[in-house]
Formats: sequence, structure tokens, C-alpha cells
Amino acid sequence: MLGLLGKKLGQTSVYDSHGNLIPVTVVLAGPNRVIQTKTQASDGYNAVQLGFDDQKEQRLTKAVLGHIKKHGAVAVKRIREFRDFSLPVKPGDIVGPNIFAVGDFVDAIGVTKGRGFEGVMKRHNFRGGDASHGAKGWRRRSGAIGQRLFPGTVMRGMKMPGHMGQVTRTTQNLQIIQVRETENLLLIKGAIPGSNNDYVVIRESKKLRKGSERAQRRAAGPVPAKSAKEKAAAKVAAKPAADAKKK
Amino acid sequence: MNQAILDKIESEQYRKEPLAFAVGDSVKVHTKVVEGDKERIQIFSGLVIGRRGHGLNSTFTVRRISYGEGVERIFPIHSPRIDKVEVERKGSVRRAKLTYLRDRLGKSATLVKEKEGRSEAKAAPAAAK
Repeated sequence: MLGLLGKKLGQTSVYDSHGNLIPVTVVLAGPNRVIQTKTQASDGYNAVQLGFDDQKEQRLTKAVLGHIKKHGAVAVKRIREFRDFSLPVKPGDIVGPNIFAVGDFVDAIGVTKGRGFEGVMKRHNFRGGDASHGAKGWRRRSGAIGQRLFPGTVMRGMKMPGHMGQVTRTTQNLQIIQVRETENLLLIKGAIPGSNNDYVVIRESKKLRKGSERAQRRAAGPVPAKSAKEKAAAKVAAKPAADAKKK
Repeated sequence: MNQAILDKIESEQYRKEPLAFAVGDSVKVHTKVVEGDKERIQIFSGLVIGRRGHGLNSTFTVRRISYGEGVERIFPIHSPRIDKVEVERKGSVRRAKLTYLRDRLGKSATLVKEKEGRSEAKAAPAAAK
């Protein structure tokens, strides 16, 4: 599975060839340094370890630095392993956003913005209480959380207030809008988890696989609107068929 | 540094030749409309009653009276779907937003036409210096 480590830079929008304005997230996705390659023979599984964001050696722990030095790689802040990397790479190689092509679908993995201790309305989209009709002190509360003597306990997993955000989340099936090789940038349609300057993982989409029929259909985009003439023609064409059915 | 990159991405999409019009002008906006696989030009003519936003997000509003009903359309300035903007008549206004025109009907909604040669007269002393 192809993937890259990157940094979310921010959101903007770009016009596509049809003149539609597409919202995009800009991700700095390179250079990614290949630190180690694992094979069935050496480690029991195939994988590639990538490093991102070059760092001074003194800023790393000795354990991490030792691992990097062992493979003769450059000191990096972030390391992640990608299983069954479908490109032939060897330690010391540099991979960048050009492993993806425009129109490909990817998943973005990141840590969502931390929101602290939040109530049920924000955290679980409860509707809260009435704003009027004599309502008092019941604007943002959750309501009842249980039944009666039976079951006599609050069900497990009951949605309640608590800490929200700052958890790893994956946004699936995002389309690559632009690949800027020289600047190491990926422009990905839509939003991805995390705040600006957060590290993210961009990997091949699990569901809309490259070349699959569904992916191609999604990549083709919405069907352009038919003109009034064409619509009328389609109606005329459809009519005899409908008449035939009636008979 | 991030903002510089985002600005660069946006500025690449700016219109090569800026649209030359001002608030108060009567304009014809030529928009490209795609129907099926054919593309044609549609014209929306009216009065520019405001501009807003900056960079890629800037838009302008054109107001016209269509069959007795006021119609306003907002165009993104940098949209590639806008072919060109023709200025039919220059207006002389003292406000950036002409929303007060919405409450006016008929003649009171027309703007005083800019006097002939006024813009040249303005430019001439500057050139003389």
C-alpha cells in the first residue's frame, strides 16, 4: 500500500478545467526518506519505513538515532511503516508526492483538533432542550440516561459529556487534485483531520482502489447538465418505449 | 511560510488581465455556459453595485431589472467561466456599495452619467506634471 508522511499546511481552493471551484487541503508531502525495507525473508512481512521532516541529530533520542544510523539514513522527526509498498525502493531513496497521480483516491490519517471537555450537544450532536415554552436550565442537557429498576444500570457506551478530539481519525476517499513535484505539495480535495502544521499520513485509499470501476466513476465527476434540446430529445426517445410497455 | 505557499497557489489562478470596471458602471458580463458538450456565451447586463473579498475569493454583484423584478447575480472575479466584462457606461458614484438602489424604482435608480472627458481631464494635469 502506497503512502507518504506529510504536513498539513492549510486549506484553499482551486478552479478545475470546467471552471468549478474545488476546496482543497494543501499537504507538504516530501521529501520522504526511505529508512528501511523489510521483506518476507528478513522480517516475515513486506514493508517500507519512511521518514519525514529532517531534524538535527541532537534532537532525537539515542534509540531512534541508533535505528536511523544503522540503516545509514538521515535524522528525521517522523517515521512510519507502510506494508506492501508497491514501489521498488531501497534505503536512502527519496519518495515524494509524485507516487500519486491526479485523480487518485487517498485516505488521510491525522490527529483531530483537541476540543477539551465538551458537552453532549457538541460532542454527540444531541439536540438539547427547548429554548422556550417555559424551559428553564435545560438548554444543553442530555436528558434521561437510563430506564427503571430494570435494567437498573446505565448502559455501556452511553453518550455523555467528556473529552473530545485529539484522537487519530481517517478521512477516506479523498481525491488528488494537483501534484506539485518541485514543491513537494499535494492538493487534496476536501478537509483532512488535524490543525495546520500537524503531521498527516496520506495513503492509497482502502476502498476506492486505483483503477476500480467505482473510483473511475467518481473521478469522472458529475455528469454535465443536459441542454433543453437534448432533454426534449430524450423524452421523445423514451416515449415510444413507455408506450410499448403499456401495450 | 505556509501562507506564502497558499498565496502562491491562489495567485497562480488569478485572471491574467484584470477586469476593468468600477462600482456604478453598467456592464455586460459574458459568461461561458456548458450545455451537454457545447459551450456558449451568455450575457448578463446590469449595474455593478459592489465588489467584495480579496484575492481568489473576490466577487462582484451585478443588478438588473428583469421583467419588472430586480435580479442580482454575484460573479467570482477570477472565475474562468467569466469570459469578459464589457463596460457599457461609466457611472459616477460616491459609495463602494450601491445597496440603496434596491429601494429605488425607475428613474431614481439611474446613476448620473459621467461627464464626457472627465477622466481625461483628470489624467491630463497628472501628465503635465
